[in-house]
Amino acid sequence: MNIIERFEKIDRRIIFLLVLFAVIIPLLFPIGFEIKVSAPVQKFYDAIEALPPGSMVLVSSEYDPSTMPEVYPMNQALARHCFAKDLKIIGMGLWPQGIPLNQASMEQAAEEYGKEYGVDYVNLGYKAGGIVVISSAAENIPKTFPLDYTGRPIGEFEIMKGVRNFDNIDFIISLSAGDPGVREWIMIAQGRYGKKVACGVTAVSAPAFYPYLNAGQLQGLIGGMKGAAEYETILETSGTASRGMDAQSIAHGLIIFFILFANFFYLLGKRRKK
Amino acid sequence: MIETLGIWIAALLTLCILSFLYKDNPFYKFAEHLFVGVSAAYWAVYSYFNILLPNLIQPLFGQGQFLLIIPLVLGIMMIMRLFPKVGWMSRWPLAFIVGSYSGYHLITYLQSNAVEQVRATLVPFVQIESWKNLFTGPGVITFLNAIAIPVVIVGVITGIIYFFFSKEHKGVFGGLARIGVWFLMIAFGASFGYTVMARISLLIGRMYFLLHNWLHLI
Repeated sequence: MNIIERFEKIDRRIIFLLVLFAVIIPLLFPIGFEIKVSAPVQKFYDAIEALPPGSMVLVSSEYDPSTMPEVYPMNQALARHCFAKDLKIIGMGLWPQGIPLNQASMEQAAEEYGKEYGVDYVNLGYKAGGIVVISSAAENIPKTFPLDYTGRPIGEFEIMKGVRNFDNIDFIISLSAGDPGVREWIMIAQGRYGKKVACGVTAVSAPAFYPYLNAGQLQGLIGGMKGAAEYETILETSGTASRGMDAQSIAHGLIIFFILFANFFYLLGKRRKK
Repeated sequence: MIETLGIWIAALLTLCILSFLYKDNPFYKFAEHLFVGVSAAYWAVYSYFNILLPNLIQPLFGQGQFLLIIPLVLGIMMIMRLFPKVGWMSRWPLAFIVGSYSGYHLITYLQSNAVEQVRATLVPFVQIESWKNLFTGPGVITFLNAIAIPVVIVGVITGIIYFFFSKEHKGVFGGLARIGVWFLMIAFGASFGYTVMARISLLIGRMYFLLHNWLHLI
């Protein structure tokens, strides 16, 4: 068996092991690669920066624990940014498992910035129905969400006084890992009601939303862990996304090497067979 | 104490799942079956207490909103799918869902996903500002910005030509279709790159959990 045949029959577990090392070693011994901020993330940041203090930001969480490494750091960074700017957050979700994650992000940021539940932020919880929930909330938020996520009437909360429908919402953020998610927010909130919508999505779905960003239907886009790390960089904070970027870069480099290496030996083997 | 126990359980289950990368084994099978069972139970309980109870059972039987009998009957008809002899009954609620959803969606969907996208692709055909920037400050970025819209337009048109099968892909038409294939391949490559990034991110998330939350090494 020559070297080409050996490489063609390489045990895939060796590749798994190398990828594992490529991820673990940079996590244990950080390198500190520079994180450059891309235009879609900068646009997102600028859009939040442009909001005057006291503005209402609706953060809808359409993700679950399986996509936490990508979307949760965005959720944390955005909550911090909103509270740092004295913006008020109304949380909700079209995915039930996103609700506690959104709440944890807001609570953590609230503690850091001295914000109070019911005054500076509230969590309206989950409602089944996807796009119909958005339409309903656009017309009447208290009717769609009469109770918060703990079961308390939303009329009790100072933040909800005067909030009737989307006319009282200044900015909408959808943190989404699938459907229902960003597309529904674009269709109803942006398309029908002309609201400003921005999104944070998993890397898998990010390419699908660039056209919406270019068309002006989205105010900004954070894509995957890389996007979250960029947002943390703008905020000058170090979160889990930034910490994972060294591992991400090394693993990507390794995969690029695998692709080139495999193609080289594939072509070499093809030429020899001729 | 409970949190520590939770972290240990999560860590051991993570290792059980990752053990599949070596080969299929009883630890992986155990974790897989546990996940499926817990997920099914979670959704069943969550759906009952957060969807059925507040939206149907309480208003119908507690507040006397008898109009809700209609969705109740439609829901029961949907479950009839489980019984082959009366399975045809499930077609009625399905037809209702498809019909109402299409009617509700159609215009908004077309507006957001077709009309707006076509408008953004074609208008403006040439961005004067980006060409001005190219001439005042020549460089790679300004050049790419200047040709961005024409490239998108060429990509869209040639991509559509590739999917036009009523005419044989020969001559000029065939050449344009081949250009379309190149654009498609680049798009697939970009999409695959993002997919790799997403999967590596998930692995990083798990490794971070094991090294930080469980082993306290970082």
